[in-house]
Amino acid sequence: MNASPSSALLSVSNLRTSFYTRNGVVRAVNGVSFSLGKGETLGIVGESGSGKSVTCYSLMRLIPQPPGKIESGSALFDGIDLLTAPEELLRRIRGKRISMIFQDPMTSLNPYLRIEDQLIEPLLIHERMPRAEAVKRGIRALEEVGVPDAARRIRGYPHEFSGGMRQRVMIAMALITRPELLIADEPTTALDVTVQAQILELVKRLQQELGMAVIWITHDLGVVAGFCQRVLVMYAGRIVESASTERLFARPKHPYTRALQSSIPALQSKGAELYTIPGLPPDLSKPLPGCPFVPRCAFAEEHCKQPVELMEVEPSHHSACLRVQRGEIQL
Amino acid sequence: MSVAAELPNLTPPDAIEAEPGSSLWLDAWHRLAKNRLALISAILLILLAGACFIGPLVVTNTYYEQNLALGATPPSARHWLGTDKLGRDQFVRILIGGRVSIMVALCATFVSLTIGVTWGAIAGFVGGKLDAVMMRIVDILYSLPFTIFVILLMVLFKDFEARFRWLEDYGIPFNLLLLFGAIGVVEWLTMARIVRGQVMSLRKQEFIEAAHALGLRRRRIIFRHMIPNILGPVIVYTTLTIPAVMLLEAFLSFLGLGVQPPMSSWGLLIKEGAEVMEEYPWLLLFPGGTLGLTLFALNFLGDGLRDALDVRASKD
Repeated sequence: MNASPSSALLSVSNLRTSFYTRNGVVRAVNGVSFSLGKGETLGIVGESGSGKSVTCYSLMRLIPQPPGKIESGSALFDGIDLLTAPEELLRRIRGKRISMIFQDPMTSLNPYLRIEDQLIEPLLIHERMPRAEAVKRGIRALEEVGVPDAARRIRGYPHEFSGGMRQRVMIAMALITRPELLIADEPTTALDVTVQAQILELVKRLQQELGMAVIWITHDLGVVAGFCQRVLVMYAGRIVESASTERLFARPKHPYTRALQSSIPALQSKGAELYTIPGLPPDLSKPLPGCPFVPRCAFAEEHCKQPVELMEVEPSHHSACLRVQRGEIQL
Repeated sequence: MSVAAELPNLTPPDAIEAEPGSSLWLDAWHRLAKNRLALISAILLILLAGACFIGPLVVTNTYYEQNLALGATPPSARHWLGTDKLGRDQFVRILIGGRVSIMVALCATFVSLTIGVTWGAIAGFVGGKLDAVMMRIVDILYSLPFTIFVILLMVLFKDFEARFRWLEDYGIPFNLLLLFGAIGVVEWLTMARIVRGQVMSLRKQEFIEAAHALGLRRRRIIFRHMIPNILGPVIVYTTLTIPAVMLLEAFLSFLGLGVQPPMSSWGLLIKEGAEVMEEYPWLLLFPGGTLGLTLFALNFLGDGLRDALDVRASKD
């Protein structure tokens, strides 16, 4: 009992989420375990359909059920299992202790409500704050995220804001209750590059000021490098590698991570052909018994088709590559 | 001569307070007030309704008093809009008829806005089995032939007629009560379907997901976040419903199921007028004109409301 890290804010174990579709059962998240300390920043990286978003939506129980189903696992947040907690208890955690920001700021705000009304909603429902006071907090929150002329803009409607400004509003809304955990689902993907950098800096600053833990979902390794202390690399609904950011970049322990790194243009010398990973991500309704990366892996051998688990290959560096685990290859 | 007076007035302080209301409804009201056509329509409708309910109490003529010797006469000083074949005053009959038509319209609007919107929103939002059950109930009610349904109601509730006789003193005959019942059962169905469809597509929107993620209760999500988003189609459909039920009432009265003479309604008057339009055109012209004017006003008002409630379109 004492062995479990008491500082862990969130510990997820063996999470499995499936979608029951007409074309069969899609195992979107297939046995994911990780933990997150207070104030820690964790990046979850993977390509589209790797299960990174579904993992986080499962934690918030925002998976539409049906067709989705959380099959098994637990996610302890401060002693509460988010996956089995009663709806009412969970509702009080959402938006209060765990907040979320979404990918597309253009569609994440209700077009019919003033910024003010949406922004202070968490305060009204979770803290039962009087409206006037909540509005004041709302204005301060907007100033905090760098919305100019906040006292006036708070009375505007979402369509009067640019994408970057809307994402700032979303961040202000997510942080207005001072959550312990922020889940950011690719919040910079829909924004242009300069705005991306601003938003990233903003979250970084607020994370340090408020000391909250952050799970940052992205497919951009560059974002992870600049922000996260630790990284999970997901592929086909599983974690294939987990390590501190420096270790992951310096000494990747999974061929998939290696391949991802090789396909970042900035790290390549100019003029050279950009590396791309051959093939397509696997069909998750037809799971392979062994490592899901086998069909695309440059290092795959016949024995890679047997089941493989995530294992510690170096201190706090986990990999789910059988050949790395056996010491057959150095990446 | 103060310093402040010389400063360029870049942001007039009153611009901040230009729209003091914080609710969607208050904002909508401010925008509606700027739409002249809609405002005129609203005033016209209020005047018309006021005339219908108060007028007959003030005017000396009654809707049932016959003057067979007089017969049908064109408008005169004594009878402003003329008289019908039985010598009854057309003006009072239109006002009295307006009561019926307005009540029918209010009844239909009320059920479609309350039951229809709530029913559809819940079915669409919750989905799954509840949605299936709720929408099958709608389907069953839909499949009832309306006319037969009303006849059935009349037969079934005939025994209760005596109990509701006192209502006739207030101008609500028992038949009309049944008509309200029938409209109440049927008129929310299409609205429920429309709203359900809208809510189902809204449910997948990110801002609804975001609302869940903020820990909002379902009821708050439905009524605060979804309903304002579907007001456009709801209002348009309501403005279509009102003329439809006014005509429906006329049709049922024609079959002898709605309002019975000497009571009148706009539908009934138009029907009677149409029969004699060649000899006494004013008998069709005046009730027809009144109905037409009402429907026009309703449409303009509906349009105005829709624009006023659409935050994006009407913002300058």
